[in-house]
Amino acid sequence: MNTLADQVFLLARRSVVRTIRQPANVVAPLLFPMMLLAVNSGGLNAETRLPGFPTNSFVAFALAVPFIQGALFATMNAGTDLARDIQTGFLSRLSLTPMRGIALLAGQLGGVMALGIVQAAVYLAVGLLVGVRLASGPLGVLVLFAFALLVTLGFGALGAFAALRTGSGEAVQSLFPAFFVFLFLSSMNIPRNLIETTWFRDVATVNPVSYLLECVRSLIITGWDAEALALGFGIATAVAVVSLGLASWALRVRMART
Amino acid sequence: MRTLAVARGVAWRTLHNVFTNPSLFIPSIVFPLFFFTAFAGGLSRVQDVPGFNYAEGYTAFQFVFVLLQSAAFGGVFTGFGIARDFESGFARRLLLAAPNRSGIVLGYAVAALVRWCVTAVILTAIALAVGMHVGGGGVDLVGLYTLAVIINVAALLWAAGVAMRLRTMQAGPIMQMPVFLVLFFAPVYVPLSLLQGWIHGVAVVNPLTRVLEAARGFLAGSPTEVAAAFGAALALAVAFSVWAFRGLRKAEAAG
Amino acid sequence: MTDYAIEASDLVRQFKNGPRAVDGIDLGVTAGEIYGFLGPNGAGKSTTVHMLTTLLPPTSGTARVAGYDVVTEGQNVRAAIGAALQEAALDPLLTGREHLRLQASLQALPRANRNERADELIARVGLTHAADRKVRGYSGGMKRRLDLAMALVHRPSVLFLDEPTTGLDIQSRTALWDEVARLAREDGVTVFLTTQYLEEADVLAGRVGIIDHGHIVAEGTTDELKAQVGRPTVEAIPDDPEDTPRLAEIFAGFGDPCGSTKGVAVRLRTGDTDLADVVRALDGAGIAVANLQLHQPTLDDVFLAKTGRSLEGSDEEETELARADLAAEPA
Repeated sequence: MNTLADQVFLLARRSVVRTIRQPANVVAPLLFPMMLLAVNSGGLNAETRLPGFPTNSFVAFALAVPFIQGALFATMNAGTDLARDIQTGFLSRLSLTPMRGIALLAGQLGGVMALGIVQAAVYLAVGLLVGVRLASGPLGVLVLFAFALLVTLGFGALGAFAALRTGSGEAVQSLFPAFFVFLFLSSMNIPRNLIETTWFRDVATVNPVSYLLECVRSLIITGWDAEALALGFGIATAVAVVSLGLASWALRVRMART
Repeated sequence: MRTLAVARGVAWRTLHNVFTNPSLFIPSIVFPLFFFTAFAGGLSRVQDVPGFNYAEGYTAFQFVFVLLQSAAFGGVFTGFGIARDFESGFARRLLLAAPNRSGIVLGYAVAALVRWCVTAVILTAIALAVGMHVGGGGVDLVGLYTLAVIINVAALLWAAGVAMRLRTMQAGPIMQMPVFLVLFFAPVYVPLSLLQGWIHGVAVVNPLTRVLEAARGFLAGSPTEVAAAFGAALALAVAFSVWAFRGLRKAEAAG
Repeated sequence: MTDYAIEASDLVRQFKNGPRAVDGIDLGVTAGEIYGFLGPNGAGKSTTVHMLTTLLPPTSGTARVAGYDVVTEGQNVRAAIGAALQEAALDPLLTGREHLRLQASLQALPRANRNERADELIARVGLTHAADRKVRGYSGGMKRRLDLAMALVHRPSVLFLDEPTTGLDIQSRTALWDEVARLAREDGVTVFLTTQYLEEADVLAGRVGIIDHGHIVAEGTTDELKAQVGRPTVEAIPDDPEDTPRLAEIFAGFGDPCGSTKGVAVRLRTGDTDLADVVRALDGAGIAVANLQLHQPTLDDVFLAKTGRSLEGSDEEETELARADLAAEPA
């Protein structure tokens, strides 16, 4: 009899193999955020001259964004892969094995998180290459990776929920614009305290993505900012808990085996 | 005359598809509005950067970029439709039915333009409603929108050329990515004079920079680099029309 | 009392806000039998299979598979069955071999045996040359063969095949039939086969249950079912079309007239033995025939007799309903 850990490992391995065999799913999460980082760092570097801007390096400021963007890609990958399993009937096939439902979810997310680590390593490496230094030091790197994993887990579970609920890859893809909106209506490109337009600042203040960005940013620019870390980790944990709960519920409904 | 008849048919059908399908129509309206909101609303503080001297304010500064961006992506979205037509086999039907196949490309171009005009009207109305300052007169505004029209056509011709060569929806990223890069390696957030380092060098050689600066000049009522801008835009349109018509020949040859 | 490998008693499945896809099915399949479940699209075949394979809980009624209750002992049922459902449920990004290894792992085959079992099944279904290619490059027939191999990994005693040859060419179909027949004959596997192809049921199944609108309308061996409908028909096409009325008059003496597109046909009153008399009668009347054929009753005739309509060419409903129901919350 397989243990749950065996099943999770098998399905996580499958998730990783499938992602690697879709080069677009590997390249896009690496390339696109880096391009946007390059474009925005160059284009908005003048922002560093604003009074109160927290750093002289816009790259350091903007490096937080790829870590959160990478989570968005995790949503898409986890969701579309699961949706494909539903549409092809492969989920039914898995349902007929002794596999526990939670193993499927954990395996899928495990695979996505494994790739999330690789993404985070690449983003960090690029940042270091262009001269960014983490104010929080080597320990900060570990904390950063832990945070990236947590965010990837939460967003990946959201994608899985969408797939399990709808059974449709197109429905998962349609989440992309929504996440895009959350990302842009945040402190992605400018610190919240420097946003002049009141309504935009208010939206960014209630937008949880702002706190995810600021948590990463604090590790890079500030060092150890307890408030930023608490808010970031708190919100990431809340997202993970809620989305895992939703995904588990949707999985139980979808795999209505007797 | 037959070319025009073919063009009219293709344009009608493409526009009918777009305007009766919310999933095709709404994103082309919503995304430019969203970018306008995010850039003009979120980054308005950038106008306080020393050296930022655009007289009409940051809202107008970003409006011009978003207008050109919507024109460019409007062309690309129509290119997606062309790729979809090839993938579904409908394009083969068009190639068989059309006595003059150049009319097909012309029809898609007309559709892209009409589609973008709707977006442009809505975007302009909203920009004016939120208090955008317009320094230019009638002639200046004609210049602004003419530049946008040329960019729309150029982008459509680029995307059409890709679509007709690859004939699959998977060509989407190939159509989109170069346009995205050309747009964002221009002075998006600040004027060219405030860019530094490698991005300044890239922006200087980017043809879209001339177009963007001239367009902003038109809106402000102080046209600048007009000849260079129209030259660059028209050169892009001509080059991509060759690209598109050669793509058409390749599609014909593929059967 | 017969020990059934599959038995169902008054099995019902009511779709949420929809019709009863399965409306009281009773059946019993003995061990080692190939049971054909024949019916048009929308009849309830797939829904029945989904209930028997524990993928869908019944609304009411009971069913046991391999001695286990499908509702209360689902895990045990799943351990004893293999299933190749309506779509070849495969991952396009994995190779054939990877599929079988994954299945073997999930079925908890001992680690030492997994590769060997995968190789054995690959050879058995004739996929050795393609085992290490990704499934997205497989033909429809290859996918079906891999699908069958996946269902056999853990040596199930009961095999469910839901329209396994739909869309396949003749060669692939015949190869699959051969393998299914061998499984039952040599390995003693009980096979529950749903199909809309008369020939498939005729060739493979020992017994056939015909289902329509969620009910079993007829059940028995193919010979028993055809005999219920009875009698063969004779069809003749006269050399000279002007002989048609005389031909019809002669035929009327042998049985009941029935439809013919080109000539005259009659359902014989007493059976095959009438044929010689028919020929003698035609000869005696000096009617030359271009073509004379004896048609045995088909399962379509059985279906027609029981339901008033032909089996082939019915509207498609059930597949979409079954899929939607699997996706929706249980009723």
